[in-house]
Amino acid sequence: MMMQVSQLARFNAASAAQWHPGVVRDETAHGEVFTSMHEASGAAFALALAQDRMRSLAPDPLADTLDKRAWLWVQDRDTRRRTGRPYRPGLPRALRHRLIHVATENAQDALFAIEEGLRCRDLAFVIAEIAGNPKALSFTASRRLSLAAERHGVPLWLIRLDAARDLSSARMRWRADAAPSPPPRRNPAAPGIASWKAGLLRARNHPPGEWIMRDEAGRLCAEKIVATVATPDHGDLADAVSGRSLAAY
Amino acid sequence: MAIWLMRLAVDRWRLTERLEEGEGADAAPLALIADTAHGPRIAAANAAAIAAGVQAGTMLADARTVCPTLATVAADPAGDLAFLEKLALWARRWGPWSALDPPDGLIVDITGVAHLFGGEDALLADVRTMMTRRKLAVRAALAPSAGAAWALAHYGHDGAIMASEDEAAAQLFSLPVAALRLDDATLLVLRRLGLKRIGDLQGVARDALMRRFRTIQAPAANPLIRIDQLLGRVPEPILPVLPRNVPLVQRRLMEPIRHRDLLDRVLADLCGDMGRTLEGMGLGARRLELGLWKVDGDVAVCSLELAAPSRDGPHIAGLFGRKLDNVDAGFGIELARLRAIWTEPLALAQGDFEKAAETHGTSLSACIDRLSVRLGASAVRRPVPYASHIPERAQVWEVLGAVGTSMPALQCQPSSGQKRPLKLLDTPERIAVLYASPDGLPRRFRWRGNVHEIARAEGPERIAPEWWREHSSVRLRDYYRIEDGQGRRYWIYRDGIAGDGRGNDKLGGSPEWFLQGLCA
Repeated sequence: MMMQVSQLARFNAASAAQWHPGVVRDETAHGEVFTSMHEASGAAFALALAQDRMRSLAPDPLADTLDKRAWLWVQDRDTRRRTGRPYRPGLPRALRHRLIHVATENAQDALFAIEEGLRCRDLAFVIAEIAGNPKALSFTASRRLSLAAERHGVPLWLIRLDAARDLSSARMRWRADAAPSPPPRRNPAAPGIASWKAGLLRARNHPPGEWIMRDEAGRLCAEKIVATVATPDHGDLADAVSGRSLAAY
Repeated sequence: MAIWLMRLAVDRWRLTERLEEGEGADAAPLALIADTAHGPRIAAANAAAIAAGVQAGTMLADARTVCPTLATVAADPAGDLAFLEKLALWARRWGPWSALDPPDGLIVDITGVAHLFGGEDALLADVRTMMTRRKLAVRAALAPSAGAAWALAHYGHDGAIMASEDEAAAQLFSLPVAALRLDDATLLVLRRLGLKRIGDLQGVARDALMRRFRTIQAPAANPLIRIDQLLGRVPEPILPVLPRNVPLVQRRLMEPIRHRDLLDRVLADLCGDMGRTLEGMGLGARRLELGLWKVDGDVAVCSLELAAPSRDGPHIAGLFGRKLDNVDAGFGIELARLRAIWTEPLALAQGDFEKAAETHGTSLSACIDRLSVRLGASAVRRPVPYASHIPERAQVWEVLGAVGTSMPALQCQPSSGQKRPLKLLDTPERIAVLYASPDGLPRRFRWRGNVHEIARAEGPERIAPEWWREHSSVRLRDYYRIEDGQGRRYWIYRDGIAGDGRGNDKLGGSPEWFLQGLCA
């Protein structure tokens, strides 16, 4: 009897593997990142996820041309006013010259811009910031975005600033907060590489989890947070992988 | 320029028989005959026959009495006309367009062309040379109007050139009235009136001629119209000959086909090719001909006629499919060729624009168009670097006009050691700070009602105002990248330093602090 239970656990582990960087499945095509209005962690984390996805998707050694597709950053007015606009010198070097910024007045226009971006085959990905829980961003609207993203293969990361977790059809929902950065070797008193405490709230194929992540030396690193395992029904699974860097998978 | 092929029918017969002039069958009297209601009539005769007294237009029986040894060959007027059409296209080497002048002439428009050949004399010489090389007897003439050129080619001296209309009297009035391209009945009338030359017609009062021919509209029967055309007083429209390429697609098969399903496959490919060819020309097929060349030298041809012009490949293939049921493949088919013999213009149809976008996605330019139409052009922009040290001036927002024509980055960007925030506030927000010394780093600050403890910091990075652009009262900035206790990273600066004598320093205040950017 015990054998059967452990086999079942193993089966569960195989079918619902923990998320780790570099996992690229269809369900990442539409992600939501909840974050606070008072920090840039959400946008930075979404950018890191987008870059991670691009790196994982482009291992074609014969492709000698770089991916030069543009990407879209949609902001509504509240977001621009409260958290500012993207700053080119601060963007990742590979992305800064390809940015197209769309400034909309309200969430409805932002949703329109996102959908137009998702339907464009020449875009690498779309990042959008919408403040709060506007009425326009209903479950139907998010379902539209999911379908458009899946249909045209343009991934979307929607950053929800100071938003309640309402109904949404996003394939992955994250919570991103700033985390203390590792001290740089050169000047330990200075802020280090940007780090985030990222929690996977919901995903179709992965159990929830929480990681400290940072975009380090051209790849996304994730460290599992052992203490706060938010998966009571996958307890033995989380135990099996605890204490190891998931990036090693 | 008018070109008259004097003995077109005979020349063409000789060419098909591959004979030189006066050689073989051509050495003996020979006539090309056409069957009429009253028996065979001589359409054309070769040089030997003419020398023996045979004239074109006589009955064969009459000609035989004059020349008993006369050999006969059936004339081929349709073939002559087809040859003349090809010749008309070939004759466009001398001018931009050419027209047929059946049964045996060509009209070539050489306006403004003669200098390319070294003058009008040289042009005519070139015509003569090229035609002689093709073994065609020819007379050519140049004139300002087609009628005058025709008249000179047929009745003037060989190589006549009428440079301008002023020479009409000198060159044309001495020609017989037949040079007016009139029909036989009218010529008979004129001969009975005693008018033999064109100049004679000029001598008669124009009113009298008009009264005589007033009911006749056809130019070929009305000498007045012909004279006006000759002298260029009325325009004479000429239908130019234009080449028309029959759309043709074919497949050479590696191995002969004997089975129907393979043939259907080839047919579908051919129809697809034909559809694309026709689409490129903006045509639709009305009649199609499918030729199947078999290994044993036989050719099976089946043709198809459509009710309306179409280039729908599967549709055409389906229609042909039924016709192929009783085609005998024999030892196999090695070549299949599809021709659209009769085509009609068929405009390109607009596909479903939305549907295409739905399946394949829109292009970037279309996406930007749609965005900027709804949101305004200033809403869709991209940041481009700008040569300035002041952080908020180091990037400017450029409206996306043409994608991909970005200017190269100016080399005035912060070096990699100077980390910049991910997002920059539109206006720096003032923060209340608690510090140990006014020159140093604050220990904590309050921004938007929240207190942030500064845990780690890097700086200062001093950025001086751009004195060449700004007032002298603008203060320098000391920037710090800081991280608070929860790991939130910001970019803050102190506006000025204590004792710089600017801003509120004159009032004894201490420099203010601002938060400008949110770091990743």
